[in-house]
Amino acid sequence: MKVVLQNLTKKYPSRSKTSREDVVAVNDFNFEIPDGKLIGLLGPSGCGKSTTLNLLSGLQKPTEGKIFFGDDDVTGLPAEKRGVGLVFQNYALYPHLTVRQNIMFPLQNLKGEDKLTKQQMEEKSLAAAKLVQIDQLMDRKPSELSGGQQQRVAIARALVKMPRILLLDEPLSNLDARLRLQTREEIRRIQRETGITTVFVTHDQEEAMSISDMIVVMKEGVIQQMGKPQEVYDDPVNLFVATFLGTPPINVFDGMVKDGKLYIGDDAILDVPGAADGQVHAAIRPEGFIPNENGELVCSLSAVEVMGRDISVVSTHKASQNTVIRSIISAENTIDLDCDSVRFSVKPNKVFIFHKETQERVRFEIGG
Amino acid sequence: MNNKNRKAWLYLLPAVLFLGFFMVYPLIDVFIYSFEEGYNSASQTFYGVGLYNYRYILRDPYFLQAVKNTFILVMITVPISTCLALLISVGLSSIKAVKNLYQTIYFLPYVTNTLAVGLVFMILFKQTPYTDGLANLIINFFGGSSVDFIGGPYWAKMFVLCFYTVWVVMPFKILILTSALASVNQDYYNAAKVDGTSRIRTFTRITLPMISPTIFYLVITGFIGAFKAYSDAVALFGTDLNAAEMNTIVGYVYDMLYGNSGGYPSYASAAAIILFAIVLTITCINLLISRKHVHY
Repeated sequence: MKVVLQNLTKKYPSRSKTSREDVVAVNDFNFEIPDGKLIGLLGPSGCGKSTTLNLLSGLQKPTEGKIFFGDDDVTGLPAEKRGVGLVFQNYALYPHLTVRQNIMFPLQNLKGEDKLTKQQMEEKSLAAAKLVQIDQLMDRKPSELSGGQQQRVAIARALVKMPRILLLDEPLSNLDARLRLQTREEIRRIQRETGITTVFVTHDQEEAMSISDMIVVMKEGVIQQMGKPQEVYDDPVNLFVATFLGTPPINVFDGMVKDGKLYIGDDAILDVPGAADGQVHAAIRPEGFIPNENGELVCSLSAVEVMGRDISVVSTHKASQNTVIRSIISAENTIDLDCDSVRFSVKPNKVFIFHKETQERVRFEIGG
Repeated sequence: MNNKNRKAWLYLLPAVLFLGFFMVYPLIDVFIYSFEEGYNSASQTFYGVGLYNYRYILRDPYFLQAVKNTFILVMITVPISTCLALLISVGLSSIKAVKNLYQTIYFLPYVTNTLAVGLVFMILFKQTPYTDGLANLIINFFGGSSVDFIGGPYWAKMFVLCFYTVWVVMPFKILILTSALASVNQDYYNAAKVDGTSRIRTFTRITLPMISPTIFYLVITGFIGAFKAYSDAVALFGTDLNAAEMNTIVGYVYDMLYGNSGGYPSYASAAAIILFAIVLTITCINLLISRKHVHY
């Protein structure tokens, strides 16, 4: 089922005494989620991603705009008629019911011709439990389960009635780091097996990038960029998207373009044909540095962290906007710790320039 | 006893002393009196030890009347007041506008003096040479004939007593229930809504189990409180409750100690012990039932 959002806007009335202006949580969203894909809504807290999810689920009504599931306009439909499955951040499992009763709960609500026999309900809930691999735990209470198991029960409960769309609100935020890795693979697998269009919300860019078919990066209620994770990472449209994606984060410098060259401090580090002259933000991905004795970028070396496969070089530069510069280089390189400085050349496709005021991307030709 | 243990007991001492002096000691004392025949608290003498006191009060028609009244009162008012309070609380928590105003109104009876409330009930129900009371005016309006609620037939008096008791105990229950309802995480309701759960089913399958510990608490304390009823009856029917056929067990105990027929601490003790046994039994039954239906 494809999902289309058309000019979707949600405003909350102002609670503040000083300003009467409405708070715009979601501002004029237009996007289409292709059928059967896993979409990550990504942004810092307060960017409107949870509101978007609530609008999709029908728990909140949009101020303006329309939502389509397939060709049906569901904007006016209440949550119970939309056929969505929703997994809450805290799972919201009914604590007094067993796993079986929890999963069966949505089925017992069906009325009229959809009404199922006890036998059918048993079968369906067992099938859902098998899908998320908790069929051994059917008679436990939620309080007797680990966080990861509770998460699975919540997903099973959302899936059991075969929703048109599955919505996950920060599905991994209550799990510890190891379980998080495992569970996100699990979510990916379940989504593939069922083929249900799935939207999930997260503030963790790594999580979103790793399992989504498509990510939507949001900030203050406005969509910044959407696309395949790798494309967004490789081609950010503005400074916010560039800094939000990637760990370690991108290194941002105060830079200047003059005569087709990018200067950081006094060093011209890269030819940037096609970019207009002026002050810019120059951003370099950690993996964009190449240690080079004759490199153009001279940084003062602070530390070297060995991580096995890679080395993380921590250095500083007076033009850097971050306190330290982190660069990730292959462990085959050796860095002389006795030296005060380290010299890098940079990979042109890992360097982005952004306009000083608008913070929009300034493009240049990557030549030979 | 190690040092740490001793320190702990030292901290507990004020509470232990206080409770021991004012609760445990009198309890044991009452228990002993109840077996001492014709105990006289002035001369500290008694005739003999045995079950005589129990035999006497169990044959005393006033006591049997009091037990009957108390049971009727408990069995009618506890379920009615709890259900009504639940209904009102659910109503209160689903409105937003003027919610605070309503909460205040519903809480007013709780801060009002029992006797003052009793006075109001007199005006509502009592027949005087000038008027038959508001309740009778309403009955007359619908074509019924006047009933003397305060000095009339037994059922009418019992009705007023139950009505009064329900009215007095409800505010507290509403207060507790509204806060219990407010503490249920909204996500449960959202989850139920997304799954298309009807309102009734949401209430019976989610709301009720979620607040079941609170309801259970109210039922237990409601039973205990109703078994100890006394001042309500006095407020409505005056101090001579035996004459009005409206005495309660606690009222009987009081009468035996200080009333017209006062000066019988042995009988009073025996009655108090019987009340204690009844309350204990009922509470145990409640606890047994709750195991199945209360979800913590």
